Amino acid sequence: MIEILAVLGFPLLGALLLAWLGARPNAPGINVAVSLLTLLAAAALTARVIAEGPLLVLDRQFFVDPFNVFLVALTALVGFTTSIFSRPYMRIEEERGRLTPAKLRLYHSMYQLFNFTMLLALLANNMGILWVAMEAATLTTVLLVSLYRTPASLEAAWKYFILCGVGIAQALFGTILLYFAAERVLGAGGGALLWTELNAVKGQLEPTVLSLAFVFLLVGYGTKTGLVPLHNWLPDAHAEGPTPVSAVLSGLLLNVALYAVVRCKVLVEGSVHTSFARELMMGFGLLSVVVAAFMLSRQKDLKRLFAYSSIEHMGIITFAFGMGGPIANFAGLLHMTAHSLTKSAIFFAVGHATQKTGTQLIDGMRGLITISPMMGWGLMLGSLAILGMPPFGIFASEFLILITAMREQPWATPFLLAALAIAFAAVVSKLQPIVFGETNATRLPHRPAMVPVYTHLALVLMLGLWIPPYLAQWYRQAARLIG
Amino acid sequence: MTAIPFYAQIINLLAALLLLLSFAMLAQRRVLSLVNLFAMQGLSLALSTAIVAYGTAQPHLYWSAGLTFVLKVFLLPWLLHRLIRQLDVRWDVEGLINIPTTMLIGIVLVVFSFNLAVPISELASTVTRSTLGIAMACVMLSFLMMITRRKAIPQVIGFLSMENGLFFAATSATYGMPLVVELGIALDVLVGMLILGVFFFQIREQFDSLDLKHLEKLKEGE
Amino acid sequence: MNVGGFISQLLQVLIALALAPLLVGWVNQCRAWLQNKSAPSLLLPYRTIHKLFIKDAVVADTASPIFRIAPYIVFGAMCCAAAIVPSLATDLPFASAADAIALVGLFALARVFVALAAMDTGTAFGSLGARREMFIGFLAEPALLMVLFTASLISGSTSLPTIVDTLAHREFAIYPSLAFAGVAFTMVSLAENARVPVDNPATHLELTMIHEAMILEYSARHLALIEWASAMKLFNYSCIGLALFFPFGIASGGDWLGVVGAAPTLVAKLAIGGFALALIETLSAKMRIFRAPEFLGTAFLLAVLGMLVNLLLGS
Repeated sequence: MIEILAVLGFPLLGALLLAWLGARPNAPGINVAVSLLTLLAAAALTARVIAEGPLLVLDRQFFVDPFNVFLVALTALVGFTTSIFSRPYMRIEEERGRLTPAKLRLYHSMYQLFNFTMLLALLANNMGILWVAMEAATLTTVLLVSLYRTPASLEAAWKYFILCGVGIAQALFGTILLYFAAERVLGAGGGALLWTELNAVKGQLEPTVLSLAFVFLLVGYGTKTGLVPLHNWLPDAHAEGPTPVSAVLSGLLLNVALYAVVRCKVLVEGSVHTSFARELMMGFGLLSVVVAAFMLSRQKDLKRLFAYSSIEHMGIITFAFGMGGPIANFAGLLHMTAHSLTKSAIFFAVGHATQKTGTQLIDGMRGLITISPMMGWGLMLGSLAILGMPPFGIFASEFLILITAMREQPWATPFLLAALAIAFAAVVSKLQPIVFGETNATRLPHRPAMVPVYTHLALVLMLGLWIPPYLAQWYRQAARLIG
Repeated sequence: MTAIPFYAQIINLLAALLLLLSFAMLAQRRVLSLVNLFAMQGLSLALSTAIVAYGTAQPHLYWSAGLTFVLKVFLLPWLLHRLIRQLDVRWDVEGLINIPTTMLIGIVLVVFSFNLAVPISELASTVTRSTLGIAMACVMLSFLMMITRRKAIPQVIGFLSMENGLFFAATSATYGMPLVVELGIALDVLVGMLILGVFFFQIREQFDSLDLKHLEKLKEGE
Repeated sequence: MNVGGFISQLLQVLIALALAPLLVGWVNQCRAWLQNKSAPSLLLPYRTIHKLFIKDAVVADTASPIFRIAPYIVFGAMCCAAAIVPSLATDLPFASAADAIALVGLFALARVFVALAAMDTGTAFGSLGARREMFIGFLAEPALLMVLFTASLISGSTSLPTIVDTLAHREFAIYPSLAFAGVAFTMVSLAENARVPVDNPATHLELTMIHEAMILEYSARHLALIEWASAMKLFNYSCIGLALFFPFGIASGGDWLGVVGAAPTLVAKLAIGGFALALIETLSAKMRIFRAPEFLGTAFLLAVLGMLVNLLLGS
């Protein structure tokens, strides 16, 4: 209980503190410190859940089980490393005149608020609160995406706001339908939206209503997950916002949205005894993988390239959860972790690389490795990891997903394999000249933060070679939970 | 027919009014009238929520009704009026598709959502269940409005009126969501509106206009 | 058919004939008053009709018999309509002869003859007016039918007296569908009776006029009949509207005493209705003719919506 309050309280208080303090020289430091405290609280919470099993506290409003505690830990970790990365990055941006102190103040407080909303979404037991937190997550990031106030960033933020707003409205309708179905079983009042209560009676919920509700929920939260064809906002928001925001959007927000979908899927599966929800998720997932893979080769902007790669990976994870079963779910969870870590590492490297070359366009970036080998290798290794090269963790999870697909959904395997191959060719061919060859990069005024990049990559490497037993145990528990 | 209590009849009437207002918004060209129509929609929503609260003795719905009243009838229209005045954007809005065609599409959407709602309302036990179809139709119509308008403020009004439809769906299908959720939603709407206000100024500063055709530069393969 | 019913029937038509010009006068007076103008006499329409009847008729050389008989047909159609519309009582002998669809047909017949007569003389204005009139008519008729269908869905019959009877003597219930139908009906009536947002009865401006353009060639008794028929049309439409949406006070039997007793209520309702019409005309601006399809399309749409809402909520 105290851990939950700490996990939620630190970022919220941090947001208020940073808004109050304003743009002081030590604001980035405070940002890092708050994120560190959140991480520590999340670690304590994780330890508690591992030791004592699921927690249901504060009038049943908060619920922690192996499934969400692992995402809480991941969110806190990536939140922390991103805050470390954003210190030198934002400093350089400010010195180059792209940001003012007022904007930095906004950035810091919104960053913490964003972390708060995501943690709230993860920890909330009430499906309504989950919705509120997801909407709030959109609102906090809209202003972050348009931080530079360039025409393109305003457009991206507008698209982001409208598309996600409409999407999330669909999710609200789905939530209403869910409540409607639950009310008949559980009676009116606050209890009928609590996930734990719903989960206990999911067999009695009306299948017709739940099927319809799931369509709306999947469309709604799927918009935020970036599933094709609802993905239009995602590349723009990633490309035009500041890079730390791209990193947390890709690494965290998409996960949280997918988490919401999976929570709903568990309920629907329990009520509707057909493969309806699975098929819907597999269909959306596969479509996202295939479309994103083809879009990759057309990208000219490096951040857009990796944004499409995020869509692709979200598609893979959605597909895995759609297949269901212990192995696919295990692989999905592993993929979620590995993708978050790798993608944020890539965005860290890309962020500094764009600062070195002064452009985000792929044609304008050449020979990073000559001027800073650490960054060049970081980008290259990260990209290889994200493309599913062994021995990184993504290889392990993709391999598991593929063999499960071959056994259970053989029709889908060729699509997946083809998409992965296309993505590989597209990204490698674009990255090769960026990393190697004649250079046009310059030195940065401040030391780039390479520690987060390599920490993430090391973790992903570890996940590929050896999953610690308690982590594996934990994944297995979570995989069982989500059916 | 005669089994429906009187208050439910008034709710049905207000539901019909809500639908009528949705259509009026779809057909309206003037931004200021659009805001006023939105306020009227909020008013009928608040009234119907209050009547549901009275008729079914659900005190928490009074809160919801009061919240809707303050937020959707006064605060948001006032904010929108202020924005329109400050940004001086009192133009007529011409849609992407001409208005009669939009209306025809609207009718099709209404038929669609009525059909979609029938199986659900048959399951419902509330006296107001038959209005679920209207709520769904309002959501769809607002969606249509957002698609067909290319200016920023009408799009936002469409978004807000979609929220109205959703609230109405919540009231008519289930006598409202739990209060904590409604409070959260209301907060989100308000904060969203404030952020948009800021955002409008940013867009205006950049483009000297709120026409969204300036916001169509980001396309694939550029 | 008993004698009492026949007397009531006759009485209703006669009252309609007598009151129709008064209604026009009342609307004009209200409008003048609302617009801060000095109002013409309430009885002006009677004087106009009287004056026209004592003048000599002038008919164009090129005119065919259609031109001559059209006013009589139009006037006759409106009298028939006045007999069908349950303005005073619902159980009249003539009423069972025709239902709502036939009524719409009667109005259409009158419209066709006015248009034919207008084109008959071959003047530019006549053809122009006829074309516009038919243009508006073909948009207004489906909307009117839809309104009547919505009302008949409630009672399960297309016969106007049955509809009105059901509406007047039901248990008190609110029909949201009737609200839609009411708005749609008002819009159709405005268009059909050449009222302000669609047409302006007070001007002869060639760019905008519709109804007036068609009857430019008429004079004396022909014109008197046409004018009277227009007044009857307005009266009939008002009575349909009042009967459908404010049905209280209508006599349910065919007794002539009941008919007489219902008359004051009708006059009061018409007075309010006429004032409302004047108010609408004052508040709205004449729209371009090309906006008329949009206006009537909206009316049609509202009527359809009313029907859908009725199907949804009434089940």
